[in-house]
Amino acid sequence: MKRTIPLLIAIVAGFVVILSTFVPYTESWGEKGMIWFDILAVGAFVLGGGNLLKLHLEKISGQRPGWMYSVIIILSFVITLVIGLLEVGVHPNPMYPEYAWAGNYLEEGAGFWWIYQYVIYPLTSTMFAMLAFYVASAAFRAFRAKNFEATLLLVTAFIVLLGRTYAGVWLSAWIPPTMVDICDFFNIATTVEDWRTLRIDRLTEWLALDGPTKGAGRAILIGIALGVVSVSLKILLGVDRSYLGQD
Amino acid sequence: MSDECFSPLFVKPLPRMKTQFTLPLSALATIMLAVVAVFSGLSNAQNPAGGIPAPPSEINAVDVDGDKGEAIEVYWRLSANDPSASAMPDLSTDTPAQVTQYTIYRRLADGTDEYTEIGTQTYGVTTFTDSNVKQGVSYIYAVTADSEAGSSAMTVMAYPVAAVMQWFDYEKSWMGLILLFISAFIIFYIGLARSGKELKVRQIAGLSAVDEAVGRATEMGRPILFINGILDINDIQTLAGLTVLSRVARTAAEYGATLEVPTARALVMTTARETVQEAYLAAGRPDAYQEDRIYYLTDEQFGYVAGVTGTMVRDKPAACIYMGAFYAESLILAETGNHIGAIQVAGTAMPSQLPFFVAACDYTLIGEEFFAASAYLSGDPQQLGSLKGQDVGKLLGGGLLTIGVIFATLEVIWPDMTSIKDVRQYIDGNILGSDGLTMTSVEKGSDQWFEELLQRQRDFELNQNALESGGIDA
Repeated sequence: MKRTIPLLIAIVAGFVVILSTFVPYTESWGEKGMIWFDILAVGAFVLGGGNLLKLHLEKISGQRPGWMYSVIIILSFVITLVIGLLEVGVHPNPMYPEYAWAGNYLEEGAGFWWIYQYVIYPLTSTMFAMLAFYVASAAFRAFRAKNFEATLLLVTAFIVLLGRTYAGVWLSAWIPPTMVDICDFFNIATTVEDWRTLRIDRLTEWLALDGPTKGAGRAILIGIALGVVSVSLKILLGVDRSYLGQD
Repeated sequence: MSDECFSPLFVKPLPRMKTQFTLPLSALATIMLAVVAVFSGLSNAQNPAGGIPAPPSEINAVDVDGDKGEAIEVYWRLSANDPSASAMPDLSTDTPAQVTQYTIYRRLADGTDEYTEIGTQTYGVTTFTDSNVKQGVSYIYAVTADSEAGSSAMTVMAYPVAAVMQWFDYEKSWMGLILLFISAFIIFYIGLARSGKELKVRQIAGLSAVDEAVGRATEMGRPILFINGILDINDIQTLAGLTVLSRVARTAAEYGATLEVPTARALVMTTARETVQEAYLAAGRPDAYQEDRIYYLTDEQFGYVAGVTGTMVRDKPAACIYMGAFYAESLILAETGNHIGAIQVAGTAMPSQLPFFVAACDYTLIGEEFFAASAYLSGDPQQLGSLKGQDVGKLLGGGLLTIGVIFATLEVIWPDMTSIKDVRQYIDGNILGSDGLTMTSVEKGSDQWFEELLQRQRDFELNQNALESGGIDA
């Protein structure tokens, strides 16, 4: 029973979503299913918050390594919760001045807005900015010319790197815009009038957007789409129940 | 129906605003306009009322296909004063009659209300979707061309139109057929596997490495870190990741290794707990299951990254396994794992994150391989059968691609052969596009389409006249 009911819910919800894709009348059924999911997710927020508190309070009481970080987490959690729930610093809504809770807690100047603007936002930006250094270290390792494939990757990366900067435009600006001009330049007879140019910025565009990247990307996407169909079908038919805790 | 809607020109004049000019000023303005008109070569037909643009023509409206009867699409022909109407519009001169926008009006077809404005559309555009209609209610639409000087006369459509609900979205016919075809083969192969037929599946290095990673962690006495992506349980990648977690947990339980699963969603945490607990039970080690090792960190993307990388640096796990949906955090996580010397296996269906995992991890499951993981790891013949079904899908995709490429190439070589063009267009517009099963001979908004709708208009009028004179049966 513990597994049958969740399985039934998964199967019914899955078929409803499929049906709502093809039958306009059932469009709202799929949307309602998603609303039910949101309601469940809200309940899980309480569960997540409770788990967070339990875990870190245990860490603090046991004075396990790094327990001071847990103190900061608990304090941040409680302060944000109190400021958000009590709508600290929120101006009353001019349309409903008699209702104390009608103000928007996200409006400029509110306590919650202040936390987001001056604490979460800078911290998030800092983490994101670190990505630049990680990209550099990963690129250093990935672009070592160990074999043919790695060398190809290195050359491609070098072209794209140049093409994404002004250097690429500057270095290859002398190349005439079409192959006809190039052939004229070298005095070679040609009838082809619309060949892709060899300028680094154009090559970059072709490499990164139109050419091999798009082909490879589409191949991956087709594989993903088939994989999604297969996994979904296994879940809908109850063949794969490992997400319920059974292989 | 009021007469104005069925006038031969379908044009209803708008109420004019009273002029604010005094006599000498208006005379001066008239002279200036006349001079401008002479020098710019504007004809009276194009600029009929001193700065008021010519009205749009041939307004038509059709029910939007494949919906619940919630929308009607209105079409019209550009005003003669629309800058986009001429092939070489002169945008350097800002004549007062130049159309800046079109205003769309609507009223009930039974004549119980007046025209009300329902929206505007910028110049050069000839369609507007009215998404605020009631199913089955008939409406009459009208459009005016507006310039800085004012609005043109109203062009009114001749016959009413109602939004109708479709029971099947025909635009998705081919998608449905392909889905049915692939699903049928997946079910067929699952059945074949059930009947005892042995199916051969190629080795996936990344998945074999999962067992190796768990073994290494056990030998080193360090934990295994499993990251299930940052999306919620309703994402298929999270579910696929959970099936891998089930296998990892079982192997970890058998080897006696410690498994740690920080999650970014509370629902994923509860599901992961269930999955891991059952895996430990299946391995005969329920006592070794530690619930607190599967915990919730935060929904905040980079907050989660900070928490996980902190754990990595402090606990130095021997193996890091990333299975699920990832965004910008993928490289931060994988590079940190690389710096601490962990063996890393990643699997995701996010194409933009794959290069980062390939660069920083030892093994990467690319898209389809990631979804094949649960079937592969379980070794269950039924699940392996589904992989065979996927192969049929690949064959179908490959076949369509080849046919498409051949016909697109042939079209370049013989551009005048309509049959080649038709096949290519059918693949493009119907199979890959949203034109449904039957080939649409007339494109919406094209000259032929307008001609057909005009014919419908004329037929409607004839019918209406016949009804009024009692000529035909209602």
